[in-house]
Amino acid sequence: MSESRLREIWLQSLHHRSFVIGIILSFFTLSMGLVSLFWTPYSVELLNIPHKLEGASATHWLGTDHFGRDVFSMLMVGAWNSMLVSVIAIGFGAGIGVPLGALAAGKRGWVEETVMRFNDFAFAFPALLTAVMLSAVYGPGTINSVLAIGIFNIPVFARITRGSALSIYKREFILAARTAGKGEVRIALEHILPNIASVLIVQGTIQFALGILAEAGLSYLGLGTQPPMPSWGKMLSEAQTMMFFAPQLAIIPGLAIVLTVLGLNLLGDGLRDILDPRLRRQK
Amino acid sequence: MKSTIRRYVKLLLISGSTLIFSGAAFAGESHLTMGTVLEPPHLDPTAGAAAAIDEVVYANVFEGLTRINQNAEVLPALAKSWDISADGLTYTFHLQNGVIFHDGATFDSSDVVFSLERAAAENSTNAQKALFAPIASVKAQGPSTVVVALKTPKGNFLFNMGWGDAVIVDPLSAGSNKSKPIGTGPFTFKRWVRGDRIELGQNANYWGVKPALKSATFKIIPDPAAAVAALMAGDVDAFANFPAPEMAAQFQSDSRFIVKVGSTEGETILSTNNLQKPFDDLRVRQAIAHALNSQEIIDGAMFGFGTPIGTHFAPHHAAYVDLTGTYPHDPQKARQLLADAGFPGGFKATLKLPPPSYARRGGEIIAAQLSKVGIKLEIIPVEWAQWLDQIFKNKDFDLTIVSHTEPMDIGIYTRPTYYFQYRNPGFNAVIKSLNVTSNPKRRYALMGAAQAILAKDAVNGFLFQLAKLGIWNKNVSGLWENSPVQANDLTGVSWKN
Repeated sequence: MSESRLREIWLQSLHHRSFVIGIILSFFTLSMGLVSLFWTPYSVELLNIPHKLEGASATHWLGTDHFGRDVFSMLMVGAWNSMLVSVIAIGFGAGIGVPLGALAAGKRGWVEETVMRFNDFAFAFPALLTAVMLSAVYGPGTINSVLAIGIFNIPVFARITRGSALSIYKREFILAARTAGKGEVRIALEHILPNIASVLIVQGTIQFALGILAEAGLSYLGLGTQPPMPSWGKMLSEAQTMMFFAPQLAIIPGLAIVLTVLGLNLLGDGLRDILDPRLRRQK
Repeated sequence: MKSTIRRYVKLLLISGSTLIFSGAAFAGESHLTMGTVLEPPHLDPTAGAAAAIDEVVYANVFEGLTRINQNAEVLPALAKSWDISADGLTYTFHLQNGVIFHDGATFDSSDVVFSLERAAAENSTNAQKALFAPIASVKAQGPSTVVVALKTPKGNFLFNMGWGDAVIVDPLSAGSNKSKPIGTGPFTFKRWVRGDRIELGQNANYWGVKPALKSATFKIIPDPAAAVAALMAGDVDAFANFPAPEMAAQFQSDSRFIVKVGSTEGETILSTNNLQKPFDDLRVRQAIAHALNSQEIIDGAMFGFGTPIGTHFAPHHAAYVDLTGTYPHDPQKARQLLADAGFPGGFKATLKLPPPSYARRGGEIIAAQLSKVGIKLEIIPVEWAQWLDQIFKNKDFDLTIVSHTEPMDIGIYTRPTYYFQYRNPGFNAVIKSLNVTSNPKRRYALMGAAQAILAKDAVNGFLFQLAKLGIWNKNVSGLWENSPVQANDLTGVSWKN
């Protein structure tokens, strides 16, 4: 990308309202998670039962939960946990889905049929169902929830890769590359991938948001992150029966999930507007 | 898995249903809907250990020779009276006349002989075979008298005959009681919608005093949040064992409900696999005992409901000895004991937790307490079916938390193959002499000795006595406040209007 194109993107970004809001919200969650790696106000494994269910104060910024744990610290660690699960699941899904999609687009014929029908099959299982199956066999846990969300991500990435790659394969420079004697793998890596990268980045952002939501859902059901590791979904489920006298315990992690998912979706929308060449041409 | 999905759906519904504060009293004057957390595996109390079975059928569908009331007193049931020989070896039961089973079969002494012999038999599937072990012979003397001869005197034989496991069944229907229970009780089994509810109807031919209730529904609600919503919305009239202690204060301040805190026979313990390394080392178990802080667990997991225990014995029992000070909370001492046992840096182990909140929440607190002395626990949540299979049957566990709700069950520590696998000949000898002693004073002394051995051996982490948190509509009266046996006896329940 040329320098002027980068400048153009930069300027466009600053004027894109949802992109700016999205990046602020996402940055907030990200920094919360990153800081939790080095510092939290209190240890999340520290139970302080005499001080349970306290409201917000100078010592506990968001109060304490039913075990007297510091809610703000749990929120920070939970942010990191959510993002980690989601990012690894995207890596897993994209790592398998993108090559599959590229293969389908490059080979066509029965290869494409097989890959896409396999995709349909995998797509028919929601992450929740996959996670229930995995935890029934291997027991609940973070790794299984990563796998479940990751499996859910494979067909998403395979489809978008195939769809975008198909149009690129028809372009002249691919023909030129073929004539120059480049192999299929090199063509896919050097010509196809860079040209569909923006689409994949946008999709990755959306899957990131979905992953966080799925992780929260699985942990809420007790299938995801296990104690003592805090997670937003688990905080929600624990707060359920205390809604009547400590609603903040449910509202805080609920808000965290909403704002993070909202932020990532806005970011994804913004990125699509800014990066997608087709949309750009329309403007 | 089904329950987790249901839970997900209920989350969506809970907000709605709790907002609609519908009047709770319109359920009718002769029907009671009782909420219950666990679904029974089947409905035959003579063939299963699950408390959930007795909590539906005891005293309602099935009756024994004697019955236990909420104050743990032995009352006549199918036996209207009895004579005990001077040596305590022969019990002559005089049976009620005119009793018929729900399917029309008549009840007489042959049913009693059949039921007791079946329970005591070599191949019996009764979960409490030990109750019947002292029986030497059961003989009918005419249709309405039964003579039971014991091998040795058994002080609490009449109480034992009041257990759900000792109910009288008919030879013709005994085989199908699991799915279609046929008893002599005031309620008949009507319908079981699996995963949802069990319905009982009226026994028009009941031999005794007919209860005020004409029908009852046991609604199965495994999720605490859904239990809160169901009570609030009036979908259930009562919860004999309410699963969300954190909500007790809320219900107490709500004039539509009565909250009763009673006692149960539930010794809640950190069950320890005594054959599994390193828990076979007494010092390791002592270290765990020193690391535990029962009061913190009661406050944190049960919101204050519960009584600390130091051994496997109910504190409200007259023979109870307070042994909570045997291994007081002392992390320093715990670390020292671990170092002596060869684990100066602690060790790793697993903690498998069944669904109730005393286990799931208690487990988190215990994991935090033990990690302070270096024992790092990996928490593994399990469903009840998995718990029964992995832990209770196959003994595949390090630590688990469970509440033993059978009354006077200290005898389980004599069973070498019981899931925590405790083996101590000295303890067995005490229980053996307890079983042949009828002098109350000597019995109490022996019970005290047995309690002390268990406490000293730190067999399990003795946590607390489960409280019975009953919450029901204020117009309902007659529900049990205490649970001396596993039961929801509805015979005395009525609506006041």
